[in-house]
Amino acid sequence: MLTFTIRRLILSVPTLLFISFVIYLLLELAPGDPMAQVPLTVPAEVKEKMREALGVGQPVWIAFPKWLYQFFVVEPMYFSDAVFGTTWSEGQQRVISWQTRSPVMDIVIQRLPQTLWVVGVAYVVAIAIALPIGIYSAYRQYSWFDNAGTFITMVGFSVPPFFSGVVVIVVFSVWLGWFPSIYDTTLVVDSWESFKKQLQQMILPVMVLALQITSQLSRFMRASMLDNLNQDYVRTARAKGLGEKTVVLVHVLRNSLIPVVTVIALGIPAIFGGAIITEQVFKVNGIGQLLITAIQANDLPMVQTLTFIFAVLIVLFNLIADILYGILDPRIRYD
Amino acid sequence: MTEPISMDTIEPTDPPRSQWADVWAQFKAHRGAMWGAGIFLTIVVLVIAGPWVYWNDPQFVPTGRDFLTLRDTRPFYVGFFDSDAKTNWLYPLGTDNLGRDILGRLLIGGRISLAVGMAAMILSVLLGTLIGVMAGYFKSLDGILMRLTDLFLALPLLPLLLVAVLLFRDRLSSSFGPEGGTFILIVTLVGITSWMQTARIVRGDVLALKEREFILAARSIGTSPLKMITRHLLPNVMSPIMVSATLGIATAIITESALSFLGFGFPPDFPTWGKLLFDSVDRMELYPERVIWPGMLISLTVLSVNYVGDGLRDALDPRIRGR
Repeated sequence: MLTFTIRRLILSVPTLLFISFVIYLLLELAPGDPMAQVPLTVPAEVKEKMREALGVGQPVWIAFPKWLYQFFVVEPMYFSDAVFGTTWSEGQQRVISWQTRSPVMDIVIQRLPQTLWVVGVAYVVAIAIALPIGIYSAYRQYSWFDNAGTFITMVGFSVPPFFSGVVVIVVFSVWLGWFPSIYDTTLVVDSWESFKKQLQQMILPVMVLALQITSQLSRFMRASMLDNLNQDYVRTARAKGLGEKTVVLVHVLRNSLIPVVTVIALGIPAIFGGAIITEQVFKVNGIGQLLITAIQANDLPMVQTLTFIFAVLIVLFNLIADILYGILDPRIRYD
Repeated sequence: MTEPISMDTIEPTDPPRSQWADVWAQFKAHRGAMWGAGIFLTIVVLVIAGPWVYWNDPQFVPTGRDFLTLRDTRPFYVGFFDSDAKTNWLYPLGTDNLGRDILGRLLIGGRISLAVGMAAMILSVLLGTLIGVMAGYFKSLDGILMRLTDLFLALPLLPLLLVAVLLFRDRLSSSFGPEGGTFILIVTLVGITSWMQTARIVRGDVLALKEREFILAARSIGTSPLKMITRHLLPNVMSPIMVSATLGIATAIITESALSFLGFGFPPDFPTWGKLLFDSVDRMELYPERVIWPGMLISLTVLSVNYVGDGLRDALDPRIRGR
């Protein structure tokens, strides 16, 4: 297990390097000029100097290692300075956004809480709803509950978030007026009133996201339960006189949760990635929305850093899912 | 002496059935799949034949006085509960803020959305099958092709799609026209970012098939690799390919609408369902129908396609069939 983990960790380094290089090359080709917004009265040679200062137009073999150095060496150094009070990063250049001329990671850290709150809560809510639904519909396969559950999960699967989001806005904030349609990120939660407000504005985006995640998870849970319910060990458990509750909720559930847990782990990068579309619909200024505005504004360092962070998270959680699978299921041996 | 039993008496009563008759019988038993197939075919027929039959030109913008009388017409059903609403039976679903007919735009938009979905699905299935068969059949290619698949699975796809649209939109638009260029761009992008699941499934099936006796027999009579693949392997991996093709239409339609919704899709004059929805979001409080109809059509299409895929999966699985 340990050798497997180490081997996979080592293998993921070239994968990530390659991914970051691919993203870099793709962005390098992108049209657009970070100086396009600068007024026309600024002389051409000054603009040229500004471009140089931002590092635009450097050849790939200089600019790419530079970005790598900034991302993997300077940013962690800066982080340790901020946390432990060391002074490693003095005089070092951080990754700078072309749009705001401030360090990219600072903006990411600013945006992260909103995304984590909305998407993270949606994920937890979805897990809490999906598992019982999946268990019960597998246990009573083809009952009306199962059929209704299948239909609802199919709908949740098929209705894209940009439509379900708009529908819940029309219903709950326009017609009924219960919840606000726009997520207010400036809200400071310091009293009971503001906490209630925060809850109210979170309900709609969480609802939309949770519907989507629930449908995927509960289908998976159901399939996994069905696989296990027909196994011989279930018949054995029933034959030796165990109660139905013990059989289903202890024996079958524990075995069926193994693949479901790995699927849940695989979904975690999406929490950090932010739900790009849902954030756009509810005007949550989280990571996803940051990415969209950065793409529209041609802010290449920002896009590069954000997409690379997503890629790191995807690779990392793939690895974690594989390891979890090995730990939870003793039949799986990687070595 | 007993008479020998004549062969006529033990003749089977049922006529022999082919494999596809069995598949059809199983598919028919799946009620959701039949409904899905019916709804999907209805939408396809409506979208293809509709613009020929329908009387209003979707691109026509009225001018002068007509503009004022025709713009922002509500759908006919609004008149039943709101007698003040401006309705016009000649424009069943009303008009938008430029006086263009909404039903006509939905029909034309559906053509583009479905065409993108189908074309992207075909591209992604072709790529997936090609890579899956290559990786499964040729041992030397397996490692590199599967690493490539893993790499694509690790890429954050939506951000990269958005970047790629920005990158190539202008170049393709100048050589193929704004509509053709965007069409080619979106189909290609969706196609090359959604083949991975198909490739994995096909590779697994090919690996399992390669160990079977009939492949050994075929190889022993000197079948060439090309013939092996086209004659012996491909027909046997058809069922997973068909299932992922069906589900691929759904993903492609959703991805295209998502791109249009984020403002990275077709240019303004070419309506697709996603674009129509995106354009109407700003005024959805006054005119909710302009959001509801395209959204309903996207969801209904995707839902029906997903049900068809579900039914196909059951029908093509010999372990489930006949139970």
